[in-house]
Amino acid sequence: MESRRNVELSLLLLALILSVGAYVIVGLAADNEVPSGSAGYGATLAGLFLGAHMVLRWKAPQADPILLPGAALLNGLGLVMVRRLDYAEAAKENYRPEAPAQALWTVLGVAVFVAVILVIRDHRVLDRYRYSWLLLGVVLLMLPVLPVLGREINGARLWVRIGPFSGQPAEAAKIALVVFLAAYLAERKELLATATYRAGPFLLPEIKYFMPLLLAWAASLFVLFFEKDLGSSLLFFGVFVILLYVATGRFSYVAAGLGLFVTGAVIAYNLFGHVQTRVATWLDVWAYYDDRGFQLAQGLFAMATGGILGQGWNQGRPDFIPFASTDFIFAAFGEELGLLGVTAMLLVYLLMVFRGLRIALAAPDDFGKLLAVGLVTSFALQVFVIVGGVTRLIPLTGITLPFVSFGGSSLLANYALIALLCRISDEGTPAPAGRPAPADPGEVTVVR
Amino acid sequence: MNRQIRRVAVVVLVAFMALLAAPLYWQVLAADRLANDSRNTRVLIKEYSIERGPIVLANNFEVARSVRSTRRGDPLEFVREYPQGPRYGMVTGFYSLVFGRTLAEQEFNSFLLGRAPEQFGQNVTDLLTARETPGGTLVLTLDRATQAAAEGALGGRKGAVVALDPRTGAVLAMTTFPRYNPNQLSSHNPEEIRRNWERLINDEDGPLLNRAAGALYPPGSTFKVVTAAAALENGTSMSDELPSPDVYDVPQTSADIRNFGGSSCGGGGTLTLTEALRISCNTTFAALGVELGSEKLAAEAEKFGFNQPSPYQLPAATSSIPEEQDVPATAQSAIGQRDVRVSPLQMATVAATIANGGRRMGPFVAQRVVSDKGSVVKRFEGEDFGQVIPEQVAGDLRDMMRQVVESGTGVNARIPGLEVAGKTGTAQHAQGRNPHAWFIGFTGSGDRQIAVAVVVEEGGDVGSEITGGRTAAPIARDVMRAYMGGG
Repeated sequence: MESRRNVELSLLLLALILSVGAYVIVGLAADNEVPSGSAGYGATLAGLFLGAHMVLRWKAPQADPILLPGAALLNGLGLVMVRRLDYAEAAKENYRPEAPAQALWTVLGVAVFVAVILVIRDHRVLDRYRYSWLLLGVVLLMLPVLPVLGREINGARLWVRIGPFSGQPAEAAKIALVVFLAAYLAERKELLATATYRAGPFLLPEIKYFMPLLLAWAASLFVLFFEKDLGSSLLFFGVFVILLYVATGRFSYVAAGLGLFVTGAVIAYNLFGHVQTRVATWLDVWAYYDDRGFQLAQGLFAMATGGILGQGWNQGRPDFIPFASTDFIFAAFGEELGLLGVTAMLLVYLLMVFRGLRIALAAPDDFGKLLAVGLVTSFALQVFVIVGGVTRLIPLTGITLPFVSFGGSSLLANYALIALLCRISDEGTPAPAGRPAPADPGEVTVVR
Repeated sequence: MNRQIRRVAVVVLVAFMALLAAPLYWQVLAADRLANDSRNTRVLIKEYSIERGPIVLANNFEVARSVRSTRRGDPLEFVREYPQGPRYGMVTGFYSLVFGRTLAEQEFNSFLLGRAPEQFGQNVTDLLTARETPGGTLVLTLDRATQAAAEGALGGRKGAVVALDPRTGAVLAMTTFPRYNPNQLSSHNPEEIRRNWERLINDEDGPLLNRAAGALYPPGSTFKVVTAAAALENGTSMSDELPSPDVYDVPQTSADIRNFGGSSCGGGGTLTLTEALRISCNTTFAALGVELGSEKLAAEAEKFGFNQPSPYQLPAATSSIPEEQDVPATAQSAIGQRDVRVSPLQMATVAATIANGGRRMGPFVAQRVVSDKGSVVKRFEGEDFGQVIPEQVAGDLRDMMRQVVESGTGVNARIPGLEVAGKTGTAQHAQGRNPHAWFIGFTGSGDRQIAVAVVVEEGGDVGSEITGGRTAAPIARDVMRAYMGGG
């Protein structure tokens, strides 16, 4: 166990060196001098992640040693890119720098990570409140549709604004629903696997066991139809089908799921103009260059200009891509760090996903297995949907790149996600009783 | 359950393989094509660090130039300026951060950047002396006074004016209305550029379209010059009496051809070829066309450059006439209607070829590239197509066209002290719309020779042939007078 934490420590140091190094290079490239805040930045970042590391040593010594350094590296590089885009956009009028906010979100994200590790000493406690999770997930999903709270931005209604704070509750809903699905399926998997009814070519289990799952499916359709958010809908539904398959081992669920997905996609295509534009833009981005395809085309130009080695930090023009800091941050990395850089990033994601699946394999109980699979596949699907969209592998749907994109909700949710995975992987050592320490609000002001 | 998880892992692996392959495609396989796409503004960033050469007229009169950007924190070193505003935009084109380059800025880009092979010797010295290579200066053939006169004479009417030097093909003036101001697209403010662009492309009048070279119109009666040339080459002489009925009963159809407004050509049933051209008699020329046949008519037009890509250095539309037509269509083609489509640049070439004694010179607007040290890097000339019509025929046509201006439909083009030749046109293009007003002509004395084509969209009057001459001829007159020094 000690060796696991030591591996984590060395990897964390590597991640910190890369992040702080990138930060210094961007400053050098922009102003020809080492940014004055470098030391403070490095110290804060090191304090945060080493702090989280110490909490793991203390409360979850057997936890997976790859996830936290992976998150730290992606988060650190993302932060540098967001700051680098700030430099480029600074000349614009009324431009609000995003890096300070993202730094704050990073602090809060690590605080969430620590809080989850401290509060949830055994993942099985989550199992007890399964219907509360369902309720929470559904409520969070529906918030953006509410008239006063909800905000429609760029054609999708997935924002909630309360006073000065805004966020995408779907990010949190994702985790709540995965917890519910895992809990539900862990208990009912035998019943669901035993088919009693025949409906056409499909053998179906008793309807009453199936109802909550239909509810989850309805929720994903809800997201699609009322919030016009293709990405999240695909994410929910994909995770739902994968969990159903893992729990029951029945391919018929996958086939039925694909059938439902295709049906939903065809309906959405015929019903919504913006879905048709997305598909048309995907098929021929150059025909739509002047309007709907502009962003995608700019992203492709950025990646093409980056080539194999990239232009180098602050040497490209990723600010030409609309929404470079959120949906298109992958293309920004492609331009400045090149094929080598983005391949390395994708391999980090792949490594984290495989660690997550390993955690699922090793988890002692069905709930833990399903929870780990659900969390990690939602993470992997999110990477696939946005990277695939930006690289024109699939039609583009706006969604954040985990840990890298600018955006608080996404960062907090993903830290909670890896914290849960760390917790599941720590099974075997009973967590010592301890009072959960609240996140220190003093840390926040340090970074700002 | 673990078996399923392992299967999920395989699916994840396959999906990530696809994810890894996608950037490989964009950043390696498709990289060259995309990185050099003219819409990729990153390519421009590199270009903007070079002092792009100016575009000038004679006496170094600048119509496009690069100056250091004064915007604070601007990553682009030089900004393109068009000191004359919209006046030369139809030749210079624009140089835009967002929308790339057009026209001269595009076609002569490598010269302006100092990267053409001809400039290589210069670059080596610059390499040795570690000097930043400034781009070459592009010198245009346009004449400042003539260009200004053309713009002024056309005024706010939709249309185009082209003036050529008949002996060389040099474009002396080229204007179009509506115009755009290239400065609106050349700033370093992408949002402003995009706003201006939106307005320009959504403008139904098409201010970005260079009507002088890029638009096609029916030529109307100005095409009778080509029909007359075909007749002269096929044995008709200027003084031959030709039938001039009030109504020409076109064979094979019930549709007749009449004169504008149903007027009579007079002359008691016959006219000489000269007379028919002077008063622009439709029935005479329609009958002539039918007699010649569509193939001879098209062959004559092709001598002037129809049905071939324009030799002009910048993008231009191809003027056309069908090679094979039935009799009714041939009758209409002979008077410049039906499927005959011409650009003003093409009609200016028709006038210039006649003015030049039948020797056709392809139009050109960029005459040379000069290095920043003043040495000529490259010269351009109009393509010489040789004696496309016999000198005798050209001489006859000139005499006939002088009659048109002297006492025919083109009297409004008369300039005291100069012999002006010309032909008017009033081209019908759509039911219920006013016809386009045309004038082509030329004049000269000694070393100064000029041929002009003018079109004013819907500048004519339904039912009156004379209106083409009334609207377009004075514009041509002003342009010719400006070049000849008459003010």
